[in-house]
Order: sequence, then structure tokens, then C-alpha cells
Amino acid sequence: MAPAARPGWPPEPLHLLLYGSGMARFIFSRLAIGLVTLFVVSALFYLGTEMLPGDVATAILGQSATPANVAKLRLSLGLDQPSWLRFVNWLWGCLHGDLGKSLASGRPIATLLLPRLGNTLFLAACAALIAVPLALTLGILSALHEGKATDRASSALSLGIISMPEFLVGYGLIIVLSVHLGWLPSLGTVFPGMALGLRLKAMALPILTLTLVVLAHMLRMTRATILAEMAAPYVEMARLKGLDRRRIILAHILPNASGPIIAVVLLNLAYMVAGAVVVETVFVYPGIGQLLVDAVTKRDLPTVQACGLVFAIVYVGLNTGADVLALVFNPRLRHRR
Amino acid sequence: MHDHPLLDIENLVVTATSGTRLVDSVSLKLERGSVLGLIGESGAGKSTIALAALAYSRPGCHITGGTIRHGGVDLMELDEDARRAYRGARIAYVAQSAAAAFNPALTLMDQICEGPVRHGLASRKDAEAHAVELFTALDLPDPARFGRRYPHQVSGGQLQRAMVAMAMSCRPDILVLDEPTTALDVTTQIEVLVLLRRLIRDQQVAALYVTHDLAVVAQIADRIMVLRHGKLVEEGATADVLLRPTTDYARALVAERTAARSAAFEVEDKRPETVLVLDHVDVSYGPKKAVSGVSFSLSRGETVAVIGESGSGKSTIAYSIAGLVSASGGEIQFDGGDLPPGHRERDRDTLRRIQLVYQLPDVALNPRQSIGEIIGRPLTFYFGLRGEARSARVGELLSLVGLPVEFAQRLPGQLSGGQKQRVCIARALAAEPDVVICDEVTSALDPLVAEEILKLLHRLQAELGLAYLFITHDLGIVRRIGHRVVVLANGKMVADGTTAEIFAQTDHPYIGKLIASVPELDTGWLDRHLQERTAS
Repeated sequence: MAPAARPGWPPEPLHLLLYGSGMARFIFSRLAIGLVTLFVVSALFYLGTEMLPGDVATAILGQSATPANVAKLRLSLGLDQPSWLRFVNWLWGCLHGDLGKSLASGRPIATLLLPRLGNTLFLAACAALIAVPLALTLGILSALHEGKATDRASSALSLGIISMPEFLVGYGLIIVLSVHLGWLPSLGTVFPGMALGLRLKAMALPILTLTLVVLAHMLRMTRATILAEMAAPYVEMARLKGLDRRRIILAHILPNASGPIIAVVLLNLAYMVAGAVVVETVFVYPGIGQLLVDAVTKRDLPTVQACGLVFAIVYVGLNTGADVLALVFNPRLRHRR
Repeated sequence: MHDHPLLDIENLVVTATSGTRLVDSVSLKLERGSVLGLIGESGAGKSTIALAALAYSRPGCHITGGTIRHGGVDLMELDEDARRAYRGARIAYVAQSAAAAFNPALTLMDQICEGPVRHGLASRKDAEAHAVELFTALDLPDPARFGRRYPHQVSGGQLQRAMVAMAMSCRPDILVLDEPTTALDVTTQIEVLVLLRRLIRDQQVAALYVTHDLAVVAQIADRIMVLRHGKLVEEGATADVLLRPTTDYARALVAERTAARSAAFEVEDKRPETVLVLDHVDVSYGPKKAVSGVSFSLSRGETVAVIGESGSGKSTIAYSIAGLVSASGGEIQFDGGDLPPGHRERDRDTLRRIQLVYQLPDVALNPRQSIGEIIGRPLTFYFGLRGEARSARVGELLSLVGLPVEFAQRLPGQLSGGQKQRVCIARALAAEPDVVICDEVTSALDPLVAEEILKLLHRLQAELGLAYLFITHDLGIVRRIGHRVVVLANGKMVADGTTAEIFAQTDHPYIGKLIASVPELDTGWLDRHLQERTAS
């Protein structure tokens, strides 16, 4: 598989990734498993929504649902075909960028979904930019001060937040920050062409809510991973070399703990995108989560299925990324004999 | 300051959180350029004392009494920051397992220079230059570039030497060596031992040398302290303790080592009935051949010892006979018939007749199952025994391996290492096997306990006519219990013959080196060994 001469492209890291031995094999197998998972999830989701009670044709026709009309519409929607055939056709369409047409508005779902997805990703990215560095810093600080007041306070606080559902956190923030203090708008209404400053102000509360929701988990996992490494023999050796706790955690433990920590961070990023359903609904933020909720209430099955597919791609993609990165950060595999 | 010894520990008491005294009122003094050997079996408190010399105790242990003075300053009266200034800089530690003690994510150079740079003793550049000097002094390959490697990229012996370099990086006054050669092969052990001794002499450091091997400590220590259950048993100049031990315990330790020198058991070479034949067996792990072309046979009532350095394929041979790995070439015959390579292809009765006893009894026993369940499982599996009949047989087996019948109710955690190994043997015997493969069964045990296990195996062989395949790196054991010996090197068979024949081949390059590398209980042995080596 390895080419004889080493060309200038792809660059070294990518080259290793593509043509290396054990690692490359692992990465490709992870990707393959990711694709299979994605296929299975989309199939379950598609067939699952199909099995929901009620008939799409009846739902669309509403008052004018005479048996003759329903039968005609079913035929034009292709509902007479078996489920698996429709799934295959749907998947084939998705692979070519055709997500189908919304039953509610009749517009192509792709044009409906893309700006919404952009909004959701922007919201998640803003929250991640705050939450990830903050969680890592606080997690490391907690581990540094293990057992001291600061550590216990952060433990108690993060446990409190982690136990609260996000809608509760969201409504709590609305009550305090917009109703009582009047600092921030309670609605996350954004529209195309909105100035960035105004947009960020409207998004402040959703960002804060998402940050709080994922911060606690990442913080606790960072702290736990570092403290678990504390029992390793190389840490005892570092202490016997006369190093202080700060140096031991930053220079010795972090390089070894980075794999698991990155995995947790990626899982939380996935959660932020998929968990947007609740937060977007609370703040009426026009993201993909809200689109999904709307589509469900309108029985707009093709839109529901498309949203489901997007969530599955994000989730499976980031999880696979987490597996691969955890491996890439293993020093034994990075520097082979 | 000149009046004080380098290290002066008085009435040291280390207590576990449970209240047990791990070290009970031990005092020791260390002068510049001298080496003090701490010996004793596991649990004797050797390592605890070694760590206490750095005013350090493992989690769950506390230094609760005594003074630890370095040049007159009592470390116990300093705060943690002030103690850190001593650790690594004035007194440095070398751990038993370098593979575990090095950080896998950092280069060797980063870890070696860290001490001097962090203690403010040298710039990174000077520290690197010193490290390269140390690599050269320690005979490490390509000293200028050795430090760029990661710990997993160098061999065990090299890593152990790199750890010595790390300990020496701050030019400390005292080295604490905690079983620094125990994890190494006999031949590698000699090299590290020689380098350590040279380093201690050249750099005029004092050393605390912890080991359970009397023969090793005899080569390097000026004085010896024998410890047991956290208490000092005997102390004196090395030669005095070895030649004229005054306490029963020290005498037993010395006697065990001397027994290893001579064939204690009657070893005769009659081969009544061949039970297992290996004919040009190859075993591969993926594309890599671990063992190739190995042929030997094993008879009823006979012990065949398989010896060689680590990585020579000893255990692979054992696993291929047990069917845990499939031989990729050659044939294995068992009791006249062909033995299928994988254990899945073997019938239950064939599986029953070949049993395996592992190196680490702690790992080989399920900690959640009672001893009765552990031994009873093969009884049900192979013979369908249940209820009363099964308990009765478990009782018989326990008595057979010299354990009280009540042990059937206990969990493995309540047993000592030697008792656990007896349980493993009883479990193997439960299957009423013809062949028992013993994979380093005594190497995890203390010398006196190992001695008892060997006696037990010998007695069982006489009573039950068992055939043993004994995998070991300890030539002392081979000489005592092996009827025949198979010598392996790099997966190939170097020699096969009766024990007497093999041990007579001192001029064979590999066998001779293996035999000569076993330290003897004699303070001048290492010097003689080195002379012979340079002479030849």
C-alpha cells in the first residue's frame, strides 16, 4: 500500500494517516464502522417515523380527505410502494443532495434546512468557544486543588448544573437575566442580514444555557481523568524527582490524559448540536432543532427524517472523530518503534 | 556538616491507614561512597524504607515516627516544598520497573533534563550535555541521539539504564535503588549491575540497594540489613551476613540460595513412556515468527525445563502446547495421536489431560470466587461432579497441595501468594492431567515460598507420575528439578539434553553465558565474572 517514493503531497501527518500501518488500519475501520452505524441509524429513524400512527396523505388533505383523493395523493407521493423501497430511494436522494420536499410548505427541504443548520452550528460553535476552554481550565484547576474549598465548590456547582435539565436552566436564566434584570432579550430571534452585534446579543442567553449544560460534564471528566492518572507509577516517579503538583499535572499528566479528555469534549460538541432541540425551542431560536419540532407538530415526515439524518451525521461523525483522536493522542502509536 | 552522615534515619515508623505498622523502628546510616543492601521478602518493608529516605510515603501510608536526616537536617521537620528541594536533587530514586516509571508521552531527554532544570541546578543545554555524558558512561547506544527516543522505543535493559541516568542527572549524593535489576534477564542484569557499581564508585555517591536477591546484593553492597515484617532482623558487613548469619531467618535465606547451587533432588534419566512430542513446531504472531523448528519430547514422570531470556519464545511454546496459540507449522503429538493446534479443535478429554499453571497466581484466580468454586469448576466441567461429591474431592485436592480443607470457603484475597499458587496447582490437578505446564510458577514468589512450591511439585510428581513442562529463566530451579533441559534463544532451539549434559556445556557461547550470568552468593563473584569475560 505504501508508495515507493515519498511525494510532496499529501503532507507528512496526512501521509502517515493514509499509508501508516496499525494506526491507519484502525482509523479506516473506525470510519467504516461509523458509516455502518449511520446507515443503521438512518434506517431505524426512517422506518420508525413511517410506523407512526396516522397517514401522511390524510394529514395533508385534512378536510378534503375523501377516500378517492387520499388514494390519488398516496399514489403521487409514492406511498403505495413498500417502506424499504422508499427508504432506499430516499437514501439515494439524500446522497445526491435531494432531501425531498416539505409536505407542509412544498419547498425543497434542503433550502429550508441549510440556513437553519447554519444557525444551529453557529450557536453551538459560539457556546463551544466559551465552554471548552473554560471547562478545561476549571477542570485542571479543580484537579490542582483537589479536596480544597475551590475544588469542592466547583464539584458541587457542576453536579448541581449537570442534574438540571436544560430547559430549566434556560427558563431560570430568562427569569433572572431578562425578566428581573432586563439585561438580555429572552427571545433568540435572528434573521438573515442581522448585524453581528445584535445577533450575538439575541443569542446570548441560548449560548449561556448551552455552555452551562455542557460545561459541567467536561469539567468533571477533565478533573476525573487527571486524578485517575495521578495513581500512575510515572507520577510517583515525577514526585520523587521533586517536581511540584502543578508541573506534574501540566507536563506529565496532561499529555497522557489528552486523549480521553478530547473524546469527552467531542461527545459534548455532538450533544450541543443534537441537544439544541430543547434550547432552541425555549428561546425560539430558528435552528434545526426548532425546525424539527415544527415538522413533528405538522406531521411533515420528510422534514423530520431529514433533520434526523443531520443529527445522526453530526453525532456519528463527532463520535468517530473522538475515537480516532483518542488514538492519535496515544504516544505509543504516534511514535512507533 | 562534616560530622553528619549523608543519610541518618533513626527509629523510622511507617504506618498504614489501617493502623498496621509497615516499618517498625528501623534505623540506618549511610556514609559517602558506601552501599547498604536492604533485603527481605515482599512485605518486609524494604521499599517503604527506601521511599522514606526521600521523606515520601505511598498513598495510604504515613511516616509516623522517627527522624530522616540529610547532612544533619531532619526532612520530617521541613514543609513539603522544602522536602521537594531534596528529592531528585540530593537523593534520587531508581524504580524497579522503568517501563512504568517513565512517562510514555515524553522523550527520555525531556524527562532526564527535567530534574536539573526544575531544581535550578543547570540550564537545559548543560543538562543535555550531562545526560549525553551519562548515556556514554552507561554504555547506551548512540549517546548523542539516545535521548530523543520515547520510553517504548528502547529495550528494557536500556530503559533501566536510562532511569539510572535520570537519577544521576542532578548529581545527587545518594541513590536509592529499588530492585533495579529484578525485572531484567540474567544476562542484562549483569550488565546493569556492573554499570551501577562503576557509577557508584566513580561518582562517589552513597547508595541504598533494595532487593530480595542475596546473590545480587552480595556483589554491590558493603553492608546488609535483613528485614522481616517491617523489623530489622540482622545487620552486618556483607561477607559476615552471608557466611556467618546469626539469626534463623537469615540462615534460611542463605540456605535457600546455596541449595540452588546443587542438585538437591534425585534426578535420573529414565524415560519410560513418552507422552508429548514436538516435531519442528513453528508459531507465528501475524507475520512475525515467534518460534521456529522446535522439537523435543516429554515423558511420564519427567520434568523438562524450557529456559531462555525473555523474548526467546518460552511462553509461546507453552501456549502452543496448551492450544492457546495455534502452531503454524510442525506437529505436536500427544499420547501417540496428533494434537490439533487450537484448543477449540481439541475434545474435552484432551483438554483435560494438559493443564497450565500461570506465573501470577493473583491474576489467575477470580477474586470473586471462593477457593471451593475455583477448584470445583474443573471437577464439574470434566467429571460432572456436583454437591457432596464435589466438595469432598475439593477437600482431597486441598489436602494434596498442603492446604487446610476450610480454605474452600475463603476468597483468593484472603490467601498469601504461596497459598494462591497452591490453589492454582490444585485447580490443575482437579482435571487429573497427564501433563502440567508450569509457566514461571515461582518467579513471582519470595525465595522461601518458592522453595516450598518446588518441593510440593516434586512430591506430586512422585505420587501421581505427572509430566512437567517447566518454563523458567531461573537456572537454579532448573538444576534442582529438571530431568531434561531445552534451551531457546530468539525463538530457536539452541540445545536439548539431560540437565547434567546442558550444565556441562559451559563453553557453548549462549548456554555458557546463561550459566555464568547467574550471580553467586559470594562477594567476589562479579569481579571474577568480569575477569573471565575480559579474559575470554
